[in-house]
Amino acid sequence: MLQFTNTALAGLVLGMIFAAFALALVLIWRSTRILNFAQAPMAVLTTYIALVMIEDGQSYWLAFVVALLCGLVLGAVVERVVIRPVEGKPDINAVILTLGLFIVFKSAAEVIFGTKLRTYPPSFGVRGLSVGDTTIGITTSDFFTIGAVLATMAVLVALFRFTDLGLKMRAAANNQEVAKLLGVKVGAMLTLGWALAAVVGSLSGLLIASGGLVQPSYMDSIVVFGFIAAVIGGLESPVGAVVGGLLLGFSLSFVSGYIGAQLVALVALGILMLVLTFRPGGLFAATQGRRV
Amino acid sequence: MSTLTTRVRASWSSYPLVRHLVTAAIALVVVIVVLTAASDFQATKLTEMAYIAIAAGGLTLLTGLNGQISLGHGALMAFGAYTTALLYDERDAGLPLVLVVLIAVAVTVAVGVLIGIAAARLHGPYLAGATLTLAIAVPGLGNQFKDTLGGDQGLRLFVPEIPQWATDTAYYLTGSDPSRSKYVAFLAWVTLIIVFILLANLASSRVGRRWAAVRDDEVAAEIAGIDLTRARVSAFVVSAAAAGAAGAMFALAQRTVSPLGFSLNLSLTLLAIVVLGGLGSLTGAILLSGVLVFLPQFVQDLGAGANIDATRASQMATLVFGLTMVLVILLAPRGLAGGLRTLRAKLTSATSSRGGSHAGPSGGSSGGSADSDPDSPSSTETAAPRGNSSDPTITKKGTS
Repeated sequence: MLQFTNTALAGLVLGMIFAAFALALVLIWRSTRILNFAQAPMAVLTTYIALVMIEDGQSYWLAFVVALLCGLVLGAVVERVVIRPVEGKPDINAVILTLGLFIVFKSAAEVIFGTKLRTYPPSFGVRGLSVGDTTIGITTSDFFTIGAVLATMAVLVALFRFTDLGLKMRAAANNQEVAKLLGVKVGAMLTLGWALAAVVGSLSGLLIASGGLVQPSYMDSIVVFGFIAAVIGGLESPVGAVVGGLLLGFSLSFVSGYIGAQLVALVALGILMLVLTFRPGGLFAATQGRRV
Repeated sequence: MSTLTTRVRASWSSYPLVRHLVTAAIALVVVIVVLTAASDFQATKLTEMAYIAIAAGGLTLLTGLNGQISLGHGALMAFGAYTTALLYDERDAGLPLVLVVLIAVAVTVAVGVLIGIAAARLHGPYLAGATLTLAIAVPGLGNQFKDTLGGDQGLRLFVPEIPQWATDTAYYLTGSDPSRSKYVAFLAWVTLIIVFILLANLASSRVGRRWAAVRDDEVAAEIAGIDLTRARVSAFVVSAAAAGAAGAMFALAQRTVSPLGFSLNLSLTLLAIVVLGGLGSLTGAILLSGVLVFLPQFVQDLGAGANIDATRASQMATLVFGLTMVLVILLAPRGLAGGLRTLRAKLTSATSSRGGSHAGPSGGSSGGSADSDPDSPSSTETAAPRGNSSDPTITKKGTS
């Protein structure tokens, strides 16, 4: 029973991290119809910036904030400089481009920071929580992870629902022509979308890193799981991304706990193919018939 | 005199098989000469170039000609490599090499059929994501089945002894016994030549035209009676077969096969080669494989004073590759080879208009020779590598 609880809790935390990454992918997909595979190494870069600051003696939270800000800038720069020229071109161009960026950022991280495994200090305590006599497998750091993702989701929902800016971003994402006619600066909105996505991506990078080991390839599998979580949620809705992330987190945690940790990615591939075959619009799609 | 050249040119452009066989024969001679002259270290590097090029050639057909993107080709190579390693797990396994390579190809083809059927339904980013998952998932298998596949350490394999006739021939030709690494290099290059003849013939045949038709316009292809799924799956299977052969050569060259060898980086690099090579050009795939393999050494020599070690040099080379890939997509979407081809087309059209003699029955007056280039079955007039240009993303029912 204890193992079951712990596996479930690990799944919850894992799911929250997947959800954060899926959120980043969804934000960009909504506005530009591009899946940004380079999100993962971008998060690696910002995490390393934070790590270097911490190792340099700076405060943990200062480094955290600086990393997020770097993400913001990086996302905006990438959209303005590299992505803008391929918008509206055949989608294979954008796919290859983001994969090219993947190679660039990852090898840049390897060249700058080396491939050695480095420890990233945890945000809060790493001792399991005591309930009565038993210690269960969830820590204060984990609570922070869950809280941070939920807060981010709330902020994003609030931004899109209740602010003028969010409305403009949605308009720009929905129909560029009409939005332009109505006076929305579509270009700026797209840049902002990429910047926000990169912040969320960086957040998930920091959350995974904290209390664990970091090397330039540590996000490689997360981009895959984030993508699958986003697809489960339909790639369109932030809420879908979070639900997809949680579902995937739980399933993978149980596979890892009861069947074999090495099979996780294979099972994830199976889940992805099932979803794409039977519910191509995601589990919550009202309209069927999406071209995948 | 001029009628003779015209006739030779005509048969050159209208009989692809002749063209490919002649090219292959020349290539074989070049390979023998180069390998004889090369040092053992260079031979090892050339082997690496060969197996990368074989896999990249398969991917060129899939991505360049059929428009399907795959990040799973490194993983497919793993199937070929592990099969080879399992068959040669003891010193005197006794199986003939050709048979082993064919079995490795067959296993990879079987996997390729499964993945191809799944992939045929997917487009663009979805296909990229799914094959990316494959690239992440497959190395885990090696760790999961530690007993048979050796876990992180991987499997050691024993390359069969050099057969007597090969030693004799080599002695006769070069006056010295061939070393082990040169023997493997020779095997890899011969495999490369065979694979590329097959790929080039397929590409210029009816099958290749079907693949290109599916890439260019699905609806038109379907109206013309092409079975889309069949075309896609067959393209995937052919490129998987090439990846299997590449994996077998990888195993023979490295003599250990471990999950680390088939990381995501390998798959990404293969894609980068295909893109830089011009999305559809087999020659481009070979050239860029060479650049990839020899660039790290070049970087290392260049920064000899700056104290760059081998791993760092290869990381920098990868960085250069990635940057070039981004630039190529932004500036010259037909790739480096495509740029060269355009240049050559301009030159030929300039000379032919000056000399006044047109080239052969393919008859294109300006730039026609570029379109009948042996390795560019895909050269459409568009500037961009084309995926699914008919319909950018979603819904057949018209909601967005």
